[in-house]
Amino acid sequence: MNFDFSDDQKQMRDAARKFLSEQCPPKAVRTVLDGKAAYDKELWKGLAEMGFLGVAIPEQFGGAGAGHLELCVIAEEMGRALAPVPFSSTVYLAAEAILIAGSDAQKQKWLPKIASGEAIGTLALFEGKGNPSPKAIKLTASGGTLNGVKKPVADGAIADFAVVAARTGSTGRDSDISLFLVDLKAGGVEVKSLTNVDPTRGQAELTFKNAKAEPLGATGDGWSILSQVLDRAAVLMAFEQVGGADRALEMGRDYALDRIAFGRPIGSFQAVKHMLADMYVSATLARSNCYYGAWALSTNASELPEAAAAARISATQAFQHCAKNNIQVHGGMGFTWEFDCHMYYRRANAVALGLGSLSYWEDQLIDRMRKKNAA
Amino acid sequence: MNFDDTPQEAAFRAEARAWIGANAPKQYEEELRKSSLGRTQLTGANILEVAKAWQKKKADAGWACLHWPKEYGGRGSTPIERVIWQQEEGPFGKLSGMFIIGHGMCGPTMMAFAGEEQKRKYLPPLASGEKVWCQLFSEPAGGSDVAGLRTRAEKNGDDWIINGQKIWTSGAHYSDYGILLTRTDPNVAKHKGLTMFFLDMKSPGVEVRPIKQASGQSDFNEVYFTDVKIPDSQRLGAVNDGWNVSLTTLMNERMSIGAGVSTGFPELFEFCNSLMLEDGPAIEDRGVRSKLANWAVKASGLKYTSMRAISALSKGDRPGPENSIGKLVAGSMVQDVAMYALDLQGAAGVLSGPEDAEVAGKFQAMLLRAPGTRVEGGTDEIMRNIIAERVLGLPGDIRVDKDVPFNKIPTKGRA
Repeated sequence: MNFDFSDDQKQMRDAARKFLSEQCPPKAVRTVLDGKAAYDKELWKGLAEMGFLGVAIPEQFGGAGAGHLELCVIAEEMGRALAPVPFSSTVYLAAEAILIAGSDAQKQKWLPKIASGEAIGTLALFEGKGNPSPKAIKLTASGGTLNGVKKPVADGAIADFAVVAARTGSTGRDSDISLFLVDLKAGGVEVKSLTNVDPTRGQAELTFKNAKAEPLGATGDGWSILSQVLDRAAVLMAFEQVGGADRALEMGRDYALDRIAFGRPIGSFQAVKHMLADMYVSATLARSNCYYGAWALSTNASELPEAAAAARISATQAFQHCAKNNIQVHGGMGFTWEFDCHMYYRRANAVALGLGSLSYWEDQLIDRMRKKNAA
Repeated sequence: MNFDDTPQEAAFRAEARAWIGANAPKQYEEELRKSSLGRTQLTGANILEVAKAWQKKKADAGWACLHWPKEYGGRGSTPIERVIWQQEEGPFGKLSGMFIIGHGMCGPTMMAFAGEEQKRKYLPPLASGEKVWCQLFSEPAGGSDVAGLRTRAEKNGDDWIINGQKIWTSGAHYSDYGILLTRTDPNVAKHKGLTMFFLDMKSPGVEVRPIKQASGQSDFNEVYFTDVKIPDSQRLGAVNDGWNVSLTTLMNERMSIGAGVSTGFPELFEFCNSLMLEDGPAIEDRGVRSKLANWAVKASGLKYTSMRAISALSKGDRPGPENSIGKLVAGSMVQDVAMYALDLQGAAGVLSGPEDAEVAGKFQAMLLRAPGTRVEGGTDEIMRNIIAERVLGLPGDIRVDKDVPFNKIPTKGRA
């Protein structure tokens, strides 16, 4: 049994960590947090140069052709550094959708641009409150144009193109939904930035008015493609969450060793020690679920839907748990703007919702376990 | 990343599987499979006899105590082979409960500290299950603080005379031998005045009194020593070096990884799949699903944490303190799961008669056994300390009795 990343993959993780610690220190994250930039353009360029944007994109489409295990280790580091770039929207969602359903021409058009950092992509799925569901999609497609409103769209204000979920039927079935590729710079789309709980990752409202769109995948296949995209993104996002959880745990541990109260480091008090031990436990369980998700993702195993949901749930819980208790360990300092704790807390809670809520994934997991049980 | 065996591992697995397939006591398979925490019993059979017979059969064919050297009745296997064996033995492994302490802790301690002749005499019958061993460490005054124990050993010629009391001794009522930690010098700090022995549990002056547990069962005992004589030749390690000897024992406890810790989740999932509530199947209820999902990811998290540990073993790494999380997580989870399963049954959850046993009795057994899991082999609090100190590098607890002679340490909380 070799249920671990290979030495090469671990080396890639180390390289990504080193790169991000130099190019993406908390100060860089704060530039975006403070609204001085929409995202870190320099970092984005650097990530492209390192080959990280196209790590799972085949070489024939301009990528490194390494694979999804490699993407997982990079995702972990992106989460750890809170990288303020549209990595998840572009790489986990848009690129994966094109890889799964795109025609050769669509792959040729977009994937090399993603790998080189030229094009930022996103997925326009949500239309207001609620979880992913075919019923919630009202935006319509007809005659090659789209009409309707998507909100929130992660990184929508800086994206060059979007994969858009639209209604093409009215049978009440999943097959009413189809996917489209929209060049957001081509006109017909109004973009409005929205304020949100985590300013280091922008959110937008996109209003489509007879916007030109080309089908991505066959008409009526939209929901089935989306399910695959969301599962794949769930695993990758879970690695980001585990990276964030680990960093929050480390910050708490380091502070508990440095901070003296009642004449002792606060990390010598059992109440604090045990809180940190529980953070370690949640991060470790999440990491292990993520590894299983990574295995399923990289081998395209039939277990992927179940593994993805499990990874998503436990990583969401772990990041929220560690981010919140990191602030608690820091006491009053943790509650200040100048300490970095709140950046992890914000990200943990924003990223918990990006692919549908925790309860949505809980529902998905039980459905999938039941199906497996019945099979 | 894969779950595949190496060719050597696959060959070992095939051999183990074939032998188990041909030799395991299949008539008990179904009952063993269904048994959950707190409920391993066999209809119409004495489980101790069945367990001893299975162990003997394994020993005769060279499948006992895989990690022990061959000359002492083991197989000299690698840690990963031990894990593969456990996977293949499946429900039959539940029969090994009575041997865990002897094989996992007493045997390794004997191997490290007994004389060669003694090892050859005592270890093979321990490996084959003919003789059962127990571990006499805990006392009323020394649980998590093992070194706080008070049982005295006093030198008398070539013998030692033991007086005192042990408690929480698993299986003492059917054990033939035990390893015993005693106080030999109360005038020095508590860790420095301990000495380890092994003894025949049938020695005059040894009295074993089973403790009736909250579950109604009796797996543990109090053991009283009144002028029990132990020859000096049965001392393990140097006089007053018992603490270091006991650390060997306790460190071996941690090697027992890969043995799945019971979480109660498979039982709960199956139950929710079949249970009908007023508004339909329980598994379609939103609240039920949320609870189940939370436990599902804990159970799978533990499973894949153990897979990661096995992968490390496969590469030749030693298990580290991070393995403490299994018992910590599973212990309170099984308790919560059992409470929830009863809650789902409403008022009927209290019933445990034979006609209700399938639905309520199983979870009640779990409920009443679970508190023990959270205490035995290190409480939740000790597990958290281990993680905090040895994994995260946080400072140790303040120990005000550290350099105080044992007989000067206060024994009462309120003056």
